[in-house]
Order: sequence, then C-alpha cells, then structure tokens
Amino acid sequence: MRTADVITNATRNAFRSKLRTTLTVLSLFVGAFTLTLTTALGAGVNDYVTKQVATISTGDVLIVTPAASTDTTEGPDAYDPDGRQQSAQANPLGAGTLLNDDDLDAMRDMDGVDRVEPVRQIAVDWVAPSGGADDERYELDVNPTSSIGRSDLVAGDQLDQEADEAQIVLPEDYLDALGFADAESAIGEKVELGYTDAAQADQAIEAEVVGVARTSLLAAGAGVNQSLTDTIAEAQAIPGQPDAYVVAVATLAGTGDDGAVTASDVDDVKAQLADADLAGQTVEDQLGVIQTVINGIIGVLSAFSVIALLAASFGIVNTLLMSVQERTREIGLMKAMGMSNGKVFSLFSLEAVVIGFLGSAIGALAAIGLGSAISTALSAGPLADLPGLTILLFDPVNVVVVILVIMLVAFLSGVLPARRAARQDPIDSLRYE
Amino acid sequence: MTTSPAPGAPPVLSAQALTKTYGSGQSRFEALRGVSLDVRRGESLAIVGKSGSGKSTLMHLLALLDRPTAGAVEIDGEDAASAPVKRINRLRNERFGFVFQQFFLTAQQSVLENVTLPLLVAGVAPRERTHRGMAVLESLGLADKAKNKANDLSGGQKQRVVIARALINEPDVIFADEPTGNLDTATGGQVEDLLFGLQRERGITLVVVTHDDDLAARCDRRVTIADGLIVEGAGR
Repeated sequence: MRTADVITNATRNAFRSKLRTTLTVLSLFVGAFTLTLTTALGAGVNDYVTKQVATISTGDVLIVTPAASTDTTEGPDAYDPDGRQQSAQANPLGAGTLLNDDDLDAMRDMDGVDRVEPVRQIAVDWVAPSGGADDERYELDVNPTSSIGRSDLVAGDQLDQEADEAQIVLPEDYLDALGFADAESAIGEKVELGYTDAAQADQAIEAEVVGVARTSLLAAGAGVNQSLTDTIAEAQAIPGQPDAYVVAVATLAGTGDDGAVTASDVDDVKAQLADADLAGQTVEDQLGVIQTVINGIIGVLSAFSVIALLAASFGIVNTLLMSVQERTREIGLMKAMGMSNGKVFSLFSLEAVVIGFLGSAIGALAAIGLGSAISTALSAGPLADLPGLTILLFDPVNVVVVILVIMLVAFLSGVLPARRAARQDPIDSLRYE
Repeated sequence: MTTSPAPGAPPVLSAQALTKTYGSGQSRFEALRGVSLDVRRGESLAIVGKSGSGKSTLMHLLALLDRPTAGAVEIDGEDAASAPVKRINRLRNERFGFVFQQFFLTAQQSVLENVTLPLLVAGVAPRERTHRGMAVLESLGLADKAKNKANDLSGGQKQRVVIARALINEPDVIFADEPTGNLDTATGGQVEDLLFGLQRERGITLVVVTHDDDLAARCDRRVTIADGLIVEGAGR
C-alpha cells in the first residue's frame, strides 16, 4: 500500500463515523484551545517584559552597588573614617551602604570599564514650554535610571550621555500640555525645567527635546542626559556633604565585533567588582527574576490544559478501539490480501493523527480568533495604561509546536488500538461476527 | 480450453503431511492430522466434509492464511509455509484470489473501491487501479454499478463483485469458501457458472470448500475430509 494511499484512507476512515470523530475532536479541541491560549499568554507577557528590559538597558551597562556585607567576625565592625557611608534611609536599589568617590575611581581603573557614572537622584519641580508663562508649568518626574538605558521611542533619538548640551526625552503624554502638535514636531524644540537648588532658590534650565518616549512599565518619567543631571545634581548638593551614591552605572567597553559587549566581558568586570567588594548586575539579571515567576505561572496554567489533553487522549483510545472492533472483518480481509502488519498499524495510527490534527488545528484557530479579540478588547480597556502590551501573543512557532505536540499525543493514544488491529489474525477476523 | 500444465511441472499447490493443532494440554485439538494433497494447475478441486472436519483449516493452510503445526505447503515447488511473512503476504496478494461465503464488502465504499482493494494493498497507482477495476467490472457485466455503494447491491451482484475483487490481480488460484452458501439456488447457479467459466477460459485453478454436493460434483475432483484426514480422493 502506498504511503499516499495510507494517508488518504486513514483520513477517510476518520470520517466514517462522523459523530464519534466529532466528539473526540471536540475533546482535543478543548485541550488545544487552552494550551494555545496559555502559551500565547506566556509569550505575550514575556515579550512585554523583554521589551521593557530593552527600554531600560543597552546591554553594556552594569548597575553597581556595594556588596552585601559578608563579614563573619563576631561583634560590631571597627569604625573606618575613610570607609563607606551608611545610608540614612533604606533604598530598594542598593544595600544600606553607599558608594563613595574611591569606589568610583576603583571602577574606572578596571579593565573593560569605559565610563562610570553615579546615579543621582535629582528633583525637577516643573517643565514648561521655552519662555512659557507660570500657568503653563507642569510637574515632571525624572527617571533616575535614564542614564543607563534607552527609551521606547515614538520619535527622535536616544539621549547622548556624552553631549555637553542638556537633553531630555519627554513622555508621550506631555506633548499636548507643552503645546506640541505631535511627537515629530517636538524634536529639536527647547523646554524649560525648573528646580530648587540647595539654597532653596528657584532655578530654571533649558533642555533640548531629543526624543519622545512611550510610557513604559519600568521606566516612568522623563529621561535626561548626564550633562543635565550633573548640572541639577551639583546645584542641589548640600555644600560640604561628602559625595555618596546609592548606585553607580558602569558602561562597559566591549571586546566583541564592533565593540559589542560579550557575556565574558560582563563576567570579567563582575569578577573585578567582586574583588573590590562591589556587586554588579545587568538589568537582565535584575529582571530575570520577574520572568522566572511569569514562566512559573504560565507553566501551572499549561499543566491544566495538559490534563485536558490527557483526558482527550483516552477519548482517542476509546474511539479507535471501537473503530478497530467495527472494522475487524475489513482488517482481516486486507490482511488476507497480503497487507502487512506494519501497514495496518500505520493505517490506524494515522487515523489517530488525523483526529489529533483536526482537534488541535481547529482548537488553535479558535484560540487565535477569540484570543485576538479578547486581547484587542483588553488593550483598549483595562490594559490601556500598559501600551505595547499584547496580552495574548500568538507566535506561529508556538502554535505549530502546540499542534505537533497534540498530534504526537494522538499518535501515542493510537498505538494501543493500532497494535491491536495489526496483530489480528486474518482467519479469526474473517470469522468474527 | 483448459491450459494443461507442462509435463513434469510441479503442482501449483502441494501439501505434505500437514498437521494443525489448536490449544494445548486438556483443550488440545487436532484439526488436521497429516494431510497430503496436490492441486494441479488449472483444475477445479472441491474440498468437502462436515463442519468441524478440518476442511476450512486445510483451505487456510493452502491459502497461506495460517501456518501448519507440522508439514509443508509448496507453491510451484517452493516451500511457502516457512517463508518470511513479507514473502507470504506478497504470494497471497499476487497469486491468490479469495471468495468468501460472507461477502466482506465495505458497505460505505463504492463497488469500484471494493474491487480494487487488492491493488490498493499491492501499492498500484490510483489511475491504474481505476483502469483495471473498470476492466474487470466490465467483463463481469457490472460496469454500470461501479459508482454504487456496495450496500445497494443484491446478493448475487455482491458475490459477483467479490469475484471481480478476487480476479483483479489476475491470480493463479481462487479460493472459494462456500461461495454460494448465502445465495438462493438460481443466483448460486449463476455464480457457479461464472467461477467454472473462469476456470475453463482463463485457466485459473479453483479450490472450493463446500458441503454442497451439487457444487462439489461440478468440480474436476473432490477430496473429502473427516476428522482431520483425507478419507477419499487424495489423488496422488
């Protein structure tokens, strides 16, 4: 029997008992539908987190904090007047200990480190169009990590950290308020930022809008470049207070192609940091935890759909056993005519695969249809505050994998009935009433 | 015009000291207890006997549907009983045709599909299957029924479809197990005429298992089986 004939006949046989096949296909449909949705949910959320990571990381920076104390000697530590300061308040980004200028210098001397900039908290009171009146002033938060990362831009360019001019990346929702028609028209325009210096005097500074950013989950507020940060931070520093920083950002010099930073570059610098009693983490390190949690949740959800599939696979076994029973004489006849056990086996196991394909393909298509609708509705409604989030992302590779996995499950369910068919004795089968 | 076998040619089928035992211990049952039989090319042979005599078992062994407990079956002098499964499957597919008392037609399939089943098993291309199927149906006067569902035919038509199916691979031997058992006398007679016509005109060897004396009488030769032994007409 030709392979093409085996496939055609298996497909036709699957439709001989339409009601029975439909019911089995339905049970697979449930599993395929759920599995497609859960994988799409995982893909959507992970894709969003990855995008968010990309918005705040250029991949070549390490966030450096003092290493957590590993001192195991008993009793309190002796005071070291040149040592690091302790923070007056807890900071989620770092330990209680602060970095000092010695630490920054030590980092600058390390191999593979290009630049080191401390992350400084600056407070901007308002933003206004250049030369704007008092009633055109709006409150503005500055994202302290804007110096280490990129923004998810709607228009314009990323910040130039090495430029001498003050630059700003505005959040998209400030455009209207500041009198810009659209994102493109804001690029290259000046805005005025107001802040209060250490002497409680009002100050203002002009900054050029270089980019407009989409609102992001992890990078809220406006982004300003190093030059602007330095100006404001110096003005706001309390005179006489020693410099101390919660976090510093080390930009690495890559050794890869075109100066790309490789994983081993990152590891080298991390090792040197550890020797200097400092801890370096990439943004990916920090966000890896989030993704692990998401994957765990998706795993549990997928497990439920796998249980549905397991139930469906018993349905396939049952359907095919009935099919083998009904066609006993036909099997006997084909075997009497010289059909090999192997072909009989493929005929029935392929029938299972056909049922599996039908159930999974229809289930996946239904999931994509319904899921896309739900996803669109959610993005417009409850999830409108998270632009760029496609809660259900149907990756073609994932959908194909789901279909293939279910076809494999169907094939495995078909093994028992198909073996029974293949092993039938032609004489007994022909006598069977 | 029977094609007479070349002098000295081995018989198309030859059974030597066949025994077949089912079960073991207390439930041990000897269906055949040493049967030797030659079937000459082009002849018609009736195997007769009461039910349980072992005549069906003998036919199954000759048709290579089952393997004997002891003894040998030769096809054209070649030992087949101990041949590999693949070879036996091919022998059955290419050399034998089967006509059973129950028609074993697949009800939902068309007459043409039922008839071409042996070609499907043999792996013949679809176009040639249709071509040869139509040729056989034509020769049996069933061409107009080719597209009908097998279920929609009368008993006599069904048995003619079964004979068409047995003929399609141009077999050397047709095994017929009670071919007229399910038919009324008139239709049964027509089916018999058809079978013996094929034997005469195409030189196909006919092995008929029956307990119908009239049918057996029309055969060139008859062997009678009782209690697993040939009691009459071994012919060698």
